[in-house]
Amino acid sequence: MANSAIAHQESFISKYIFSRDHKMIAKQFMITGFTMGFIGIVMSVLFRLQLGWPGEKFWINDLLLGSWANGGVIAPDKYLALVTMHGTIMVFFMLTAGLSGTFSNLLIPLQIGARDMASGFINMLSYWIFFVSCIVMLVSLGVEGGAASAGWTIYPPLSALPEAIPGSGLGMTLWLVAMALFITSSLIGSLNYIVTIINLRTKGMNFMRLPLTIWSFLVTAILGVLSFPVLLSAVLLLVFDRSFGTSFYLSDIYIAGQALERFGGSPILFQHLFWFLGHPEVYIVLLPSLGITSEIVSTMSRKPIFGYKFMIGSILAIGGLSFIVWGHHMFVTGMNPFLGAVFTITTLLIAIPSAIKVFNYLTTLWRGNIIFSPAMLFSIGLISTFITGGLTGLILGDATLDINVHDTYFVVGHFHIVMGLSAVFGTFAGVYHWFPKMFGKMMNNTWGQIHFWITIVTAYGVFFPMHFLGLAGVPRRYYTNSTFPMFDDFVNLNEIISMFAIVAFIGQFIFIFNFLYSIYKGKKATQNPWNSNTLEWTTPVEHIHGNWPGEIPEVHRWPYDYNKPGYEEFIPQNIPLKEGETQSSH
Amino acid sequence: MLLLSAFAFILILFLITFIYLKGSDFKEMFKENPDDLKFDEQENKIQGWLFVAFGVGFLLFILFLIFKWGGSLLPKAASVHGTEVDSLMLLTGIIIGIVFLVTHVLLFALVYKYAYNKNRKPTFFTHNLKLELLWTAIPALVLVLLISIGLYNWNSIMKPLDDKEDKVLIEIYAKQFDWTARYAGKDGKLGRASVFLIKGNNFLGIDTTDVVSFDDKIIKNEFHLPVNKPVQFVFRSQDVIHSAYMPHFRAQMNCVPGLKTQFNFTPKYTTQEMRRITKNPDFDYVLLCNKICGMAHFAMKMKIVVESQEDYDKWLASNPTFK
Repeated sequence: MANSAIAHQESFISKYIFSRDHKMIAKQFMITGFTMGFIGIVMSVLFRLQLGWPGEKFWINDLLLGSWANGGVIAPDKYLALVTMHGTIMVFFMLTAGLSGTFSNLLIPLQIGARDMASGFINMLSYWIFFVSCIVMLVSLGVEGGAASAGWTIYPPLSALPEAIPGSGLGMTLWLVAMALFITSSLIGSLNYIVTIINLRTKGMNFMRLPLTIWSFLVTAILGVLSFPVLLSAVLLLVFDRSFGTSFYLSDIYIAGQALERFGGSPILFQHLFWFLGHPEVYIVLLPSLGITSEIVSTMSRKPIFGYKFMIGSILAIGGLSFIVWGHHMFVTGMNPFLGAVFTITTLLIAIPSAIKVFNYLTTLWRGNIIFSPAMLFSIGLISTFITGGLTGLILGDATLDINVHDTYFVVGHFHIVMGLSAVFGTFAGVYHWFPKMFGKMMNNTWGQIHFWITIVTAYGVFFPMHFLGLAGVPRRYYTNSTFPMFDDFVNLNEIISMFAIVAFIGQFIFIFNFLYSIYKGKKATQNPWNSNTLEWTTPVEHIHGNWPGEIPEVHRWPYDYNKPGYEEFIPQNIPLKEGETQSSH
Repeated sequence: MLLLSAFAFILILFLITFIYLKGSDFKEMFKENPDDLKFDEQENKIQGWLFVAFGVGFLLFILFLIFKWGGSLLPKAASVHGTEVDSLMLLTGIIIGIVFLVTHVLLFALVYKYAYNKNRKPTFFTHNLKLELLWTAIPALVLVLLISIGLYNWNSIMKPLDDKEDKVLIEIYAKQFDWTARYAGKDGKLGRASVFLIKGNNFLGIDTTDVVSFDDKIIKNEFHLPVNKPVQFVFRSQDVIHSAYMPHFRAQMNCVPGLKTQFNFTPKYTTQEMRRITKNPDFDYVLLCNKICGMAHFAMKMKIVVESQEDYDKWLASNPTFK
């Protein structure tokens, strides 16, 4: 086996472009995902300008949006296109591919002790299909009629009928093509992760010794494999309705001066199919972040994670429950009210494993010795956003209370905090923590800390006040609130939110700068900069194919032996038990 | 843009403070010693303090929001079931508030207290079944309470009105981008309708051969409801999904093409009474669209007037029947 690690001549193309090395593919996912994320953030700043100062002219709109914003004011239907594309890009391209694609690829082989993924070729294929999907999605921004504009949930008939909104023409077609590609990429990627974790663990690495990161990646991949195909079928049926005259989702429609010859379909069917993916998707985005931060909180508190088994149990419970709660997105869509009652029960149950996670995090901090690296700061930030956003879920998950806040800014505030911010914080934490592993350099700590403080202050500044808008009944996806005098009191609040958004956006340049600067001029990393126990830190700083120059290390203990009484400060997993030492019970 | 510059100013202050705390200038910040990964105690102490400051700032921000905009939230519910919804909301809100406060105080206190200290030996504490069961059981008990009350209310809100009950039957008809109301008239029944019958003035597609439709009344711009009488709404849409959202009554239901949906509530206060309650002489109930439906989604609305039975009867009589 050791031979596979022997250095061999590689061309530029096989090393940097069509690479089959999981570490390079991880970087490719990261750079592509972050680029998409940046585009998504720019979109949000542009429509925040419109929401903060409705109807005012901005030269930046002229510059970036061109015909979408004639005279510097975004057109009402193009506002919807921006909102739609922001949602799609952030949820799928940034937080699914950018987060899971990066860290699953980087960490799974390194932390379980494998030379590479089970199939390097499929891994490469997964990235390149994702790349094509990104290109198609971006191209859709430039076509006649504009990009898809039916909201990221693309409910038909709005998304099925070009007569209903210009964005449902070619823009929507490309959206569907891009998503079909994306789902393919995600599926083969996830299968690869699952197979790798189950089959390629090194000697001694049984399931009860896996780091929590790997557990969360495993459950994430299983969720993806089980739920993405359902979205694919929903997308394909929608393609049929749009292009081949079928009526899966359409019935009794009169539009543009004529009644359509479509009978017997139901728009509700699409919602069921969409949310059957849509809800697990929330956890596909969130679970990797929870795994990453579990690892970081333990390492940086210099203490074992508290309740390892309960942490695994809660990941499994959240993953399992996420499949039977999708109806809570549909309480007032005309779904049978009896189902509303069922989904209320299952939804609120998720609060139990979530509470276990939060209190286990807190207990891990208790009597620790906390080192505030930027990764640790973002992990603590995640604990805060996970609590804040999770709690408002108790309101939205309760059918009775959902009636009045459904589709208002309350929802926008809720999911941006619990899934958006938590996932983004997890991503940042992961980048700061594993940057030395990825690039062999250290990122600057001080700028990382500044980046964290600006991000958390401004992010809460953007999303927390949205709960107030929602409780006042302000609907989401409104181009302006000025048609309703009852919302006039909130003009200033919308300005404040927009300002926070602008500062939050500017603050991210600190990260971009730090990131790029450190790749080239950062100080050189040591092999194990955080004194961590997991296997990735036993590999050399310079990347080699096959990860370990000699034999793959054997695992002798769980990954959280920090400050074990009577032994060293930290004991990596590959160190055998000393004489008389027993396995730490956990 | 005044506020924006104030903001930028605060941001700059923030940066300067930070750099000052580091005790080093801009350039030197990039020349950290490779070996100081443990950070010094001083620096970790500062981060601990910043978390405490952040916690206090967060709390002040919330208080500021409540003080400034708490009064602009929706007034108390104007429907009978809405009062139940509001009291459950209050209960849930209190529980959320307490948990939010307790966990955040814990989080920031722990982070502050256990900031790095080179003399401290962290406790090797891997698991404790009793603690885990404690924070499994407590949320479970609270949830049982919330779920029971929630389901009880949900079932009573969603129960359709009895056929024999004295009620007002109204169809709310949605299309891009306006609302139409159709009242059932004297017979208490709505005539058949279909999108395939839409023609000229008959824009609701009412079946003109159905005798039941003759006394239906078609209302644009604003519709009226009698106070203290149950209203049964039926919703229809002709093109895309819309959502009939009447926030003051805690009522919302999507209007789905090809499907009839329904919702019922009993208005509790007339428009005049609500104007007194909110101390706003211009207050009006409103129906707005709350599901993305196209370009002018943001402008799709209809005024609702709640008045006494006599005024309502007078208003209804003044409107012509369909045929």
